[in-house]
Amino acid sequence: MRLPADPGRRRFLKTTLAGGGLTLAFCLPLGGCGKDGGDGGQATATAPFRPNAWLQIAPDGTTTVFLAEAEMGQGVYTSIPMLVAEELDADWRRIRLQRAPLAPEYGAQRTGGSTSVRDGWQTLRHAGATARAMLVAAAAQAWGIPAAQCRTESGFVIDTGGGRRLGYGELAAMAARQPVPQDVALKSPAEFRLLGKPVTRTDLDAKVRGSAVFGIDVQLPGLLVASVARCPHFGGRVQSFDAEAAAQIPGVVSVHEISTGVAVVADGYTAALKGRDALRIQWDFDPAAGVDSEDIDAALHAATGGTADREEARRGDPETALEQAPRRLQAEYRLPFQAHATLEPMNCTVRISDGLCEVWAPTQAPTDAHREVEALLLGPLDKLVRKVGRKLSIDLPSDVRIHTTLLGGGFGRRLKQDFVVEAVEIALAAERPVKLIWSREDDLQHDFYRPATRHRLQAGLDDAGRPLAWRHRIAGPSRGLCVGGARRIPYDVANLLVDYRNVDTPVPVHYWRSVAHAHNGFVIESFIDELAVAAGADPFEYRRALMKDQPRLRRVLELAAEKAGWSGERPAGRHLGIAAHSSYGSHVAQVAEVSVQDGRVRVHRVTCAIDCGQVINPDTVRAQMEGSVVFGLSAALKDEITLEQSRVRQSNFHDYRLLRFDEAPEVETWIVDSDAHPEGVGEPGVPPIAAAVANAIYAATGVRIRSLPVTTDALRTPA
Amino acid sequence: MRKRVLRVNGRDHEVSASGDTPLLWVLREELGLTGTKFGCGIGQCGACTVHLDGQPVPSCLVPVEQTRGREITTIEGLAGERLHPLQAAWIELQVPQCGYCQSGQLMAAAALLREHPDPSDEDIDAAMSRVLCRCGTYQRVRAAIHRAARTTGGRGGGA
Repeated sequence: MRLPADPGRRRFLKTTLAGGGLTLAFCLPLGGCGKDGGDGGQATATAPFRPNAWLQIAPDGTTTVFLAEAEMGQGVYTSIPMLVAEELDADWRRIRLQRAPLAPEYGAQRTGGSTSVRDGWQTLRHAGATARAMLVAAAAQAWGIPAAQCRTESGFVIDTGGGRRLGYGELAAMAARQPVPQDVALKSPAEFRLLGKPVTRTDLDAKVRGSAVFGIDVQLPGLLVASVARCPHFGGRVQSFDAEAAAQIPGVVSVHEISTGVAVVADGYTAALKGRDALRIQWDFDPAAGVDSEDIDAALHAATGGTADREEARRGDPETALEQAPRRLQAEYRLPFQAHATLEPMNCTVRISDGLCEVWAPTQAPTDAHREVEALLLGPLDKLVRKVGRKLSIDLPSDVRIHTTLLGGGFGRRLKQDFVVEAVEIALAAERPVKLIWSREDDLQHDFYRPATRHRLQAGLDDAGRPLAWRHRIAGPSRGLCVGGARRIPYDVANLLVDYRNVDTPVPVHYWRSVAHAHNGFVIESFIDELAVAAGADPFEYRRALMKDQPRLRRVLELAAEKAGWSGERPAGRHLGIAAHSSYGSHVAQVAEVSVQDGRVRVHRVTCAIDCGQVINPDTVRAQMEGSVVFGLSAALKDEITLEQSRVRQSNFHDYRLLRFDEAPEVETWIVDSDAHPEGVGEPGVPPIAAAVANAIYAATGVRIRSLPVTTDALRTPA
Repeated sequence: MRKRVLRVNGRDHEVSASGDTPLLWVLREELGLTGTKFGCGIGQCGACTVHLDGQPVPSCLVPVEQTRGREITTIEGLAGERLHPLQAAWIELQVPQCGYCQSGQLMAAAALLREHPDPSDEDIDAAMSRVLCRCGTYQRVRAAIHRAARTTGGRGGGA
């Protein structure tokens, strides 16, 4: 059976690319992260068709998908070609994804919000099906038989009558002369040959040889290296500096004040750092304006009371229900600022020549990079001259091209383009091709952090211990980064109120893997555990009984509990905790097996169950669950970002520690078989893990963890 | 400027960097061997791990003047005509995600296998805890080291 395609996403144009053959241009809705993105190049009554993706079948049979999607370890360079190959019936060994440079005529390109496969599901398969129909039409014409007499397999069109076959490469030129069909149908899941099967990732050979090119590896003739000294205190500026002293350092080429600080340009990274150390910068920062973490903590605590700025969700009569409930519980939870700490530090390479500004960047959002660089170049010239610190002698480029490199981790950090704009400013000022490299200290002290939040939870229970009312106050520095995942709780509660109160801080904040779900997954799944304990119920059974309207989440909860041996025997000293959370369309439950000794937590094993709808590549799903657990555990068990005088105290991996090899649990992943729409896998594994561990710690010690990261002191304090 | 000779992956190279320049940056910037990665600059993350006379070292902490007359092996020199058994196991078990730390993981693992051709989990913990992976590939790294040890019959790898 072939299902009719989604007509809303239908738009393909024949076009030509170098190499010839058949090329279709189309639009992927690559908005990512909601907010301002998402036109995706779709043609509307007023806007022209702006493709951001191309499918090419070359005369030699090589099949290439061109787009600017960012590969940062999530396996999208494999899963995207899989969607095309499935409908095209392509030879999997001969299809690949190639990054397309971003130029202004292209549509939006942004990778985030676990959207690549979710948004491309229809369009990419439709592209494959459309090309397949044109190849079949070409073969049918060549053989003088009806198209219905042809079938396709692994890169060939086959005449079912006579067994003749023609390769896609041989047919490509003829297929390009066929009309683009408007009504191709897609396969039903039962017909899938590729989707749902483990496929070897396409990007690994280069990654194990050390030949994969990340942003920091870009090389150009005459390339210089830049390092930037930024005010360590948020809100501070440069007052004065000693450019001469820096210029004396061997290897230093030039020194420039730019909008974010002072840039030293040198013939190598080491000389740039030495030059930077010689600058003796005086910062313009008023100590009286400085903020400490303790101040922020106090302000967030205060904001868990008082009037809300905004009501996020209301159901029933929560105030009355809470007041009249036979039993009431209340708890305050605290989460700190966290850094992204991608292992590849921020970097960007820029070359300006012949009216063209070329940018090589490990960015999640080439569209935003393009827009911000263009705004810098096309902005008022006097402002730009002031920014680069002197008169420009080169011609301003009129054209901007963004080359997206491989990303050494993203996690949301590279949705910000600050490092790209910084590099362009330096290249303009230095009038030479420049690679800007941030140090690890720069990265940890000038991130856009996951916000710190505090939460007040209140619940009223009936005589049987079931929740009658649920109130959740969220206090944080940015509503858009704090409330996601809290409005709907998966549990059956008739009276509910979720509200938000804002607290401004000087700390820059932005998306961090799974965004507010990381906060609210921890808070909701910890507090429901508290309710289960208060009710004298088993934490798994208590949740399960309340998940009446959440069949998919309930199913993964049951699956995780079963596979973890929730009700079975386990070694002495080992304790289990469970948590479940839905985000980015997917449903994840995790059971953590934990021991606590001498105030130290050891997570031995995590059993993870996920329902992400139709699975594209099951091994990628497993890898993302394993990685999400480790990522979430660093935030739950290791360090936090703290402030003193508006300056980040942590500076490198000795005081902002990440989970190490010998601390990592064994993660076992179970995937629910489903043919529902495919959903996100890059982020949904993060939200439950902190609560699963905290709940296991409670089972082990009776200590309820209400503040992350878990500290030795907390574990030694009786509940 | 005075030149010095660096022996990398079995070949001599003339370099002009000053003696206190960390080996990492000489490899990356002068020799174009960018497989060795920069992650922290203080020997905490292990992304820059190379072999110095067969021993794994963080190249961000080794001044280039201390490498005179010593044999340096980088990720680019790990494979011979065929992939090193660890590299093959890495692909077979689909270890890398973003891939940025994997040169360091592989070089640390290769040194381990030469020392302990059939390492225990404790041996692996001790050797591999010096290399951070933000993507969380640790359990696959462990499995791939065991796999490579098996395929080489406990004889360790090449390099």
